[in-house]
Amino acid sequence: MSADQHKEPYYVDARRLLCPLPVIRVQDAVVKLNTGDRVVVISTDPGAKADIPAWCRINGHEVLDIVEQDNEIIITVLVNHEQ
Amino acid sequence: MKQQCKAVALISGGLDSMLAVKVIQEQGIHVEGINFFTGFCVEGHTHAVRKKHQDKQKRNNALWVAAQLGIKLHIVDVVEEYKDILLNPAHGYGKNVNPCLDCKTFMVKKAVQWIKEHNFDFIITGEVVGQRPMSQRRETMPVVAKESGGNDLLVRPLSAKQLPETLPEREGWLDREKLYDFSGRTRKPQMALAAKFSFKDYAQPAGGCCMLTDENYAIKLQDMWHNRPSRDYELDDIIMLKMGRHFRLAPHLKLIIGREEGENRFMQGYKNQFMSVYPTSHPGALCVVDGEFKSDEERDQALALVARYSQGKNEPQVKLVIRQSTGEEQEYSICPMLPDDINKDWLI
Ligand code: SF4
Repeated sequence: MSADQHKEPYYVDARRLLCPLPVIRVQDAVVKLNTGDRVVVISTDPGAKADIPAWCRINGHEVLDIVEQDNEIIITVLVNHEQ
Repeated sequence: MKQQCKAVALISGGLDSMLAVKVIQEQGIHVEGINFFTGFCVEGHTHAVRKKHQDKQKRNNALWVAAQLGIKLHIVDVVEEYKDILLNPAHGYGKNVNPCLDCKTFMVKKAVQWIKEHNFDFIITGEVVGQRPMSQRRETMPVVAKESGGNDLLVRPLSAKQLPETLPEREGWLDREKLYDFSGRTRKPQMALAAKFSFKDYAQPAGGCCMLTDENYAIKLQDMWHNRPSRDYELDDIIMLKMGRHFRLAPHLKLIIGREEGENRFMQGYKNQFMSVYPTSHPGALCVVDGEFKSDEERDQALALVARYSQGKNEPQVKLVIRQSTGEEQEYSICPMLPDDINKDWLI
């Protein structure tokens, strides 16, 4: 499975939310999307760095990228419903 | 022949639900987890914000448990619906402000709805007869099953042999002989089972995963309820109760003073919702004002208290700014409060 690089990712603004809310917001976005879509979540809770990848691992989605800048954590997730 | 049965497990992140899932997985059942976010879960907030907790792993225990068991986890935001459970519990509160019996019933009811929507067969929980004073008594466990509508679709694998047979057992999806008969407050059988399954490094919440069972938190929540016209609350209110030192100066005025940098930074996020006070002449704590100053004396008392929590506490004067939630700022100069002048009754 590969990401459709031409399709705009779906953005989730989870700034100021504390875990597990960033995970819940990602989860709610992923349900509405298709395999191959990307979700970009912006969080300020350092816990998101562990929790979002953990949630992706157990639910079969892939973390493509984690970037930290200006106290924000930006995580890109590739949706995979095919398992 | 029936396809592989599917069960959803209520996952709190503690050992008991972890064991319950494993016991059912061992019988060839497909299990997925469900975790309800009420807003009162301990982890997350404090660990994420406070430096004191930096050594603790910033892991979400429910996610961690799901990963150990290799199951999917569905986290459900029930903050809004949960308000009615907390504010009007039909069965009352436990030792603090924990409406455990209503809470458990609510969660199982949500799980019943979930299995219908997702075509699952039954529900499992890690409850143990007699383990907890409110929701896990021999008399109350059937109440949860009945009032939630879970009835005989609700299986408690760790105490199943102490309880009436459930539908999955009658139908032969589960072998009752391979379920357990734990009861009472001892944790020894759980420890032994954890060792059998080679579980290590599990969390031991036993009620410790919920702020509503915490005495200090309960006092702050009750203070908020007592001093507001309505007991209704927003998520921000209940998160703020975990932050900082809380000083109740008057029924209409509470100061929340950050204890450390992480909290100050986090509380900054509320500056457009609440009035705030911060020192400008010296480094020091940020204060969020829940309420209003009804007189200049009240304002000066608050300023002096905030100045006490700045590095200028021994100076004759400290400069501070009062920032309105609208962004208007005004600077004041004040003599910091002496420790003996801090009324002990203010601290909640
Ligand atoms: S401890 Fe908290 S989460 Fe657990 S049953 Fe009681 S009120 Fe609900």
